[in-house]
Amino acid sequence: MHNHGPQGINGENAKAKDFKTSIKKLFTYNKTYFTLMIIGWISAMASTILALVGPDKLKVITDAITSGLRTGIDLDKIDKIGFLLVLLFSLSFLFNFIEGLIMANVTNRFSKEMRKEIAKKINKLPLSYFDKTTVGDTLSRVTNDIDTIGHTMNQSFSTLIVAITMFFGSLFMMIKTSPLMALTAVISTLLGFALMFIILRNSQKYFTKVQAELGNINGHIEEVYSGHNVIKVYNAEKEVEKEFDEINERLYENGLKSQFYSGLMQPIMGFIGNFGYVAVCIVGAILTMKGDTTFGVIVAFMIYIRLFTQPLTQFAQAMTQLQSTAAASERVFEFLEEKEETSEIDKKVLDKKTAEGNIEFKNIEFGYDRDHKIIKNFSAKIKPGQKIAIVGPTGAGKTTIVNLLMKFYEIDGGDIIIDGISIKDLSRSNVHDLFVMVLQDTWLFEGSIMENIKYNDPNVTDEKVIEACKTIGLDHFIKTLPDGYDTVLGDTDAMSQGQKQLLTIARSMVDDSPFLILDEATSSVDTRTEIMVQNAMDKLTKGRTSFIIAHRLSTIKNADLILVMKDGNIIEQGNHKELLKEKGFYAELYNSQFQSSL
Amino acid sequence: MLKMFKNLKKKEIIFFLISIAFIVLQVFLDLKIPDYMQEITRLVQTEGSEINDILREGGFMMLCAFGSLVGAVITGYCASFIGTSFEKNLRSKIFRKVESFGMEEIKNFSTSSLITRSTNDITQVKMFVVMAIQMLIKAPIMATVAISKIANKGWEFSLITAIGVLIVLVMIIALVLIVLPKFKKVQTLTDNLNRITRENLTGIRVVRAYNAEEYQLDKFEKANDELTRTHLFTQNAMAIMSPVMSTIMSALSLAIYWVGAYLINEASMLEKMNIFGDMVTFSSYAVQVIMSFIMLVLLFVIYPRASVSAKRINEVLDTEPKIEEGDIDNDTTGIKGKIEFKNVSFKYPDAEEYILKDIDLNIERGETVAFIGSTGSGKSTLINLIPRFYDVTDGEILVDGIDIRKMKKDFLNDKIGYISQKAIMFKGSIEKNITFGEVNGKKPDQKKVAESIEVAQAKEFIDKLEKGIETELAQGGTNISGGQKQRISIARAIARTPEIYIFDDSFSALDYKTDFSLRNALKKYTKDATILIVAQRIGTIKDADKIVVLDNGKCVGIGKHSELLKKCDVYKEIASSQLSKEELENA
Repeated sequence: MHNHGPQGINGENAKAKDFKTSIKKLFTYNKTYFTLMIIGWISAMASTILALVGPDKLKVITDAITSGLRTGIDLDKIDKIGFLLVLLFSLSFLFNFIEGLIMANVTNRFSKEMRKEIAKKINKLPLSYFDKTTVGDTLSRVTNDIDTIGHTMNQSFSTLIVAITMFFGSLFMMIKTSPLMALTAVISTLLGFALMFIILRNSQKYFTKVQAELGNINGHIEEVYSGHNVIKVYNAEKEVEKEFDEINERLYENGLKSQFYSGLMQPIMGFIGNFGYVAVCIVGAILTMKGDTTFGVIVAFMIYIRLFTQPLTQFAQAMTQLQSTAAASERVFEFLEEKEETSEIDKKVLDKKTAEGNIEFKNIEFGYDRDHKIIKNFSAKIKPGQKIAIVGPTGAGKTTIVNLLMKFYEIDGGDIIIDGISIKDLSRSNVHDLFVMVLQDTWLFEGSIMENIKYNDPNVTDEKVIEACKTIGLDHFIKTLPDGYDTVLGDTDAMSQGQKQLLTIARSMVDDSPFLILDEATSSVDTRTEIMVQNAMDKLTKGRTSFIIAHRLSTIKNADLILVMKDGNIIEQGNHKELLKEKGFYAELYNSQFQSSL
Repeated sequence: MLKMFKNLKKKEIIFFLISIAFIVLQVFLDLKIPDYMQEITRLVQTEGSEINDILREGGFMMLCAFGSLVGAVITGYCASFIGTSFEKNLRSKIFRKVESFGMEEIKNFSTSSLITRSTNDITQVKMFVVMAIQMLIKAPIMATVAISKIANKGWEFSLITAIGVLIVLVMIIALVLIVLPKFKKVQTLTDNLNRITRENLTGIRVVRAYNAEEYQLDKFEKANDELTRTHLFTQNAMAIMSPVMSTIMSALSLAIYWVGAYLINEASMLEKMNIFGDMVTFSSYAVQVIMSFIMLVLLFVIYPRASVSAKRINEVLDTEPKIEEGDIDNDTTGIKGKIEFKNVSFKYPDAEEYILKDIDLNIERGETVAFIGSTGSGKSTLINLIPRFYDVTDGEILVDGIDIRKMKKDFLNDKIGYISQKAIMFKGSIEKNITFGEVNGKKPDQKKVAESIEVAQAKEFIDKLEKGIETELAQGGTNISGGQKQRISIARAIARTPEIYIFDDSFSALDYKTDFSLRNALKKYTKDATILIVAQRIGTIKDADKIVVLDNGKCVGIGKHSELLKKCDVYKEIASSQLSKEELENA
């Protein structure tokens, strides 16, 4: 009723690359749901057919009344038809309602399952996938795309089925009653079809433009609001306003047109309905006069012509909706069909309790893409408890080492050997078990402090958590919070960056793994907290073989091995003294922080 | 919501009045059509009618239909015009309003909320306006005219229609009461699911490292279950709507004919024909009445959302920025590059504690002054007072001898080259980013841009780019690295030839080497400029002419690196956390 064609479908107008395949996949995805959906559609058809019979019977009532105007009406007959219609309408109601319930249940459960599949998939994909895509992209598949599928699947298919049934049902009834008048009806309606097609085709470009300009203006607004400070200080208000006005004007022009065109559909359909009505009446009247037909036929046709034209708008609506369903499901299936990490069966097991902490790199070769090797023939032997510092300017690829050690990426050549076992023979989860990791991006989730520290390890006791927090000096702070260890970390953000970092360190403290990966960057942290963090980190490295992405001189100097990285490559390796003697990049880097300007 | 309509312009109101006129016309013609239908029906039924008569009546009917179509097209155009024009003006209004805000107002709303208010909320309001114009006006007119046409055609028929209307109303009100609160809940639950997914994605390395995939999935499942259950509840409830409406429509005609049959049967011979005629007309009008009620009620269903949006937009429009421009726009003092803090104290509005307390500071032309201290010490806040992101709570700040509150905004900003901690990039070429804004009403020339790039140590990487300075940056500059962005934003400041540079911790994104060469080049390039630097790294600031040490909003030491190492404990603490013993002693 209020859905004026495509205007109601905001931002879902994306086209699917392969419409058929996507829709097919959607249906074959789950057989039970598909069967249920078919039952739903049959109900919808039944409901429509019953409703189609209604007007036919009403005609009989009208005939009974008109024929009985003078002689007295056959009330018994009318009662009979009346009760029959009550029954039919009730059945139609029931079928319609059942269809609604089935579709709501099927689509919701289906959406739920798809969401779950995606959530599962997230944890099965290799990390290289996420390094290539944005969080927003994956997130929008879980929410927007699945919402679109759920929403449109619920509506579009049933609408389409009802429209088709209605269309052919009334066509059938018309041809059955009078082929010549049916022809009249079809021709006059075809006119409407043509008109609507022209409008739809003409307006489509405005819809696309509106979507594009909407994206532009939202982008511009986002940019300007986030860069508010800079715009003010640089006196750039006029500049951004000018750009804003330009986009806003373009949006207005296209918006006006698309809004106008989509608003045209309804009145035009109404007009076509009236046009068909008159055409049928005239042809009917001529036929009646010739004695070829009766008045009852005309009455029936008056109703059928309305039923016949009605589905046309619904077709158009359902088709646009189906387009968005296809586009959305294509994106979802694309994600679900991404290549997963290799399965792992028959792997050796290295227990973290008995592991010693030896690690050996043997002629490692690695590149993020095949043609571009960034680590070539890297070898090193590390004994339990040693410290390995990784240094280099920002963007030098220090995380590459983390990626390889944690088996987030597979090495192309050579081998990493942990306590005599090749990393290739260990399962990923086993490798993860052997390492603890503290990254620069302090990752905490919405949940209590206790939950955040224990993270996924049911064996960790509350006492152990408290002890860890005491060791790194966080216990006092946590106790000052309103709910202590049960304080939920969330929107309130009572914690500073440094305190968050301490929490992630505490999380690693309670984990007894023999290896440690530590990104010790503490930029933007105040001095006192920084000292606390550094002390905590030092405690964390005790007794573990540690890989440290180093930012502190003390770490670099004490390290047993320093890996110097630049542009993704390990360009130098050795200990502090050796590297200084080399007078290479490391020496330059190291000295630059003590140079005086001027 | 009503307040929103005050934003309508004259032209829009004229269009509004036009559309009312055409809606009336349209309704009149629409309701005229059944009369002609009746006439045609009568003609067809009466033996011996001429085809010409039918053609004539049919012609009238087509005329009405066509007139109604024209009316609808014009109304449609008016509504589209009002809606989109209203949207355009409102968006422009809110955009300019936000631009006039200071940091305080922005923080109060939060940037992301302001973005939603300027985009989604406006779309919501517009959609409501377009629909309201067409329905809110049409429905009551339709209902009144239709009711007046059938009013004296037998109370039995009216009663049937009234019952139909009542059922529709009761159903929709019940649905609104039951389902609407759940709709709100769906939003929260969706946010919840989003959050959990986002957590998993942003922490993907941690999740994997802790083998916590199942743990995450459990959380996701819980949220997913709850969301689906709520969704299902609302949709199951809504499933009743369409069958009820279509059944009411069919049942209404049936009831009218059925009851009509009895009425006709009992009526006197003379009245029989009249009642029959009434019955036929009634059935088509009654449907119109119900339709208009459904339209009206649907409008009320979408109203709550639009009204929330309207309220959120009004909140922004009603907020007045606290910072007002002064009117001095030329140098009266002849002083350049001088900054004085006189007894400056600052606290955030509504806050209890002062962020800065009694700061007295004199900075002369050409000096390099560094600010250091722990987070929360107030160092960033202090320098952010100079471009008036906030105004001082007590005391005053003089630039070139003039109180900055008395200066015109553009005049003050022309003196300043500000570089934020996080480099802000705009969509467009690198050149556009460097020449961003204007200084003394002009843009920097090409020579200046080239020099700025060189000084900002950005030449090397820009030259390597295929399109050089013409290279297009994506929104937020996501296609270049953090260090590169920061160098471009520094070039942007240099291109303005400011008297005063303000570096708000802008060097942390650079490695030591670039940091060092950049500061060297800058010093050589602009000997006269005053440079203020907030930094975390001692290495960045230790050669400054003056180092200001802040602790808990108070100035605890001013001096050179070597002096401060001796006399300032806070500075010593910071230095010792970053430098080794030898380095400290060598100083």
